[in-house]
Amino acid sequence: MSIEAQAQRIPASIAVDTADELRLRPVPPDVRRRRLLMTVARHAVLIAVAIAFLAPFFFILMTSLMNNDQAVTPSFVPNPFEWSNFTDVFRRIPLLTYTWNTVQIAVGATIGVVVSCVPVAYALARMRWRGRQLAFVLILSTMMLPYQVTIVPLYIIWVRLHQVNHLTPLILPLFLGDAFSIFLLRQFFLTIPEELSDAARVDGASEWQIMTRVIVPLAKPAIAAVALFQFLYSWNDLFGPLLFVGTNQKLWTLTIALSEFQSRHGVEWNLTMAASILVMLPVIILFFLAQRVFVEGVTLTGVKG
Amino acid sequence: MKAASGVGAIQRRPRKRDVRHAVTVLLFMSPWLIGFLGLILYPMLSSLYFSFTRYSLLSTPEWIGLQNYSFMFTRDPYFWLAMRNTLWVIAVGVPSRIVFGIFTAWLLTLPRRGSRVYRTLYFMPSMAPPAAAALAFILVFQPSFGPVNTILRGLGWHNPPLWFYGPNTSKWGLVILGLWGIGDAMIIFLAGLLDVPQQLYEAADIEGATGVQKFRFVTLPMISPVIFFSTVIGVIYGFQLFTQAYVTSVAVTGSSVTDVASNIGSPQGSMLFFSVYLYEKGFLNFQMGYASALAWVLLVITMACTLLIIRGSRRWVHYQGGGAFR
Repeated sequence: MSIEAQAQRIPASIAVDTADELRLRPVPPDVRRRRLLMTVARHAVLIAVAIAFLAPFFFILMTSLMNNDQAVTPSFVPNPFEWSNFTDVFRRIPLLTYTWNTVQIAVGATIGVVVSCVPVAYALARMRWRGRQLAFVLILSTMMLPYQVTIVPLYIIWVRLHQVNHLTPLILPLFLGDAFSIFLLRQFFLTIPEELSDAARVDGASEWQIMTRVIVPLAKPAIAAVALFQFLYSWNDLFGPLLFVGTNQKLWTLTIALSEFQSRHGVEWNLTMAASILVMLPVIILFFLAQRVFVEGVTLTGVKG
Repeated sequence: MKAASGVGAIQRRPRKRDVRHAVTVLLFMSPWLIGFLGLILYPMLSSLYFSFTRYSLLSTPEWIGLQNYSFMFTRDPYFWLAMRNTLWVIAVGVPSRIVFGIFTAWLLTLPRRGSRVYRTLYFMPSMAPPAAAALAFILVFQPSFGPVNTILRGLGWHNPPLWFYGPNTSKWGLVILGLWGIGDAMIIFLAGLLDVPQQLYEAADIEGATGVQKFRFVTLPMISPVIFFSTVIGVIYGFQLFTQAYVTSVAVTGSSVTDVASNIGSPQGSMLFFSVYLYEKGFLNFQMGYASALAWVLLVITMACTLLIIRGSRRWVHYQGGGAFR
């Protein structure tokens, strides 16, 4: 029964009374006060937790601006502010070279993952063929495979190909698909209505055209998420770079440089923290620029999995 | 005649199309297919073979049967140390991340306004590159002048823990570092919490359920698939923990691990995790055979744990629509 019908059954006088009462009756002061207190209490807890999350950032920023003597004291505020620490880092280590190496790896790997995983995910989600289920199960199980199980023979292969101490082993394999990215894209492709593909098929489009003109434009959020995840993974990875370019200092990435910083330069906490901030900064900026892609992507991995 | 050839044509045409379809599928799948055969299947099988050999990269592999495994289980104290450390970090780290993840996600559901700002702030630490985050935490928890111990001393604790510099507390430092980067888990839990149908809470209200009861009998069952997912992922990644442990060892001893293998796992072996040990054996000592054996033990243990969790999950994971992969 609709609301209007119900309202009609209520005698007019009562209905008017109720409406008046609803409009006029103020929220009792004690209720309002309690609500306000609850809101204040909630935000107090939320702010306290936020401070706890942000405190380490604040502290490393402060330390990065101290001189070396002050950095090893319990004081929090730099005195004086040593802004030159940040330029000193560039003088101590070839940070620009390391950044360039890292960018090459991260961008190369990201392009590789997108280019290779989109068609695979398309075939898994949008085409019908025998063995599809088997392929999907295989991809799922490789997602859970510890990378250590393959790393020794892979290392040997790259040694044989004379590619150790080159960036190739950190980029090229990503052009051959990545289980996690394939899985994520497939899950997203499944949600796109089949009618869209059918319509394109009636118009005589090939599978490739359907993929590039129909599916890819609709799947931009998922593709962006996959690209972002791979970029961050490559940017943050330590094991891979250590293994393949660890002995060639010219090809070091930012993470290797950071992990070795202390050992090369004694314990200079101010410079170490300045270097840490310089490594964090691009990622944090990227996060603020692409926050939505990020949050949606993480949600996609967790909820659909 | 004409009719017959027509039938033949009809029969042939689909077959031609089938071939084209198969070729298309093969082309689309080829990156993965090549990757699977060349970068996963072949290396897996050859590492299985290497695990029964003595192999130093320079020589050819020499078959020694089960010796790698028997040495590992009976005479290698570092293997058991690495195993204990890894299991400890998983047993403490995974549940605490789940509890903290649910807690922070629940906090984010509270405010009517400003929820997005809080979400951004809570999520941000998980973006910090692990190497940088680990260095930051070593300083924040530095025993003599780090802010945490300064505060603890201020509160009257005269001998606060050594954190990353002490063998008994270094792993706690890693667990706290993991909680700082709760962001990704928190977002997944938040999505789970927001997915719980509001009517269920209203129904519970009518029944007179308390807040705790609502959480126990409505929220928990409804987000159990997310908890399950986080547990599996947490255990799998827990066995692969490397970056933070490596960075900590280098920073705490102040010497490069690429030069000096003996510092791995510092302080006093408390940070010797499975992946770190495997790295040391395989790529610093170049005992490729032994490293392969370690890798296969890791695979078997990971699989066993995952299967156990999946088995156990049938009792407590509640799927609204049925299976896990719809």
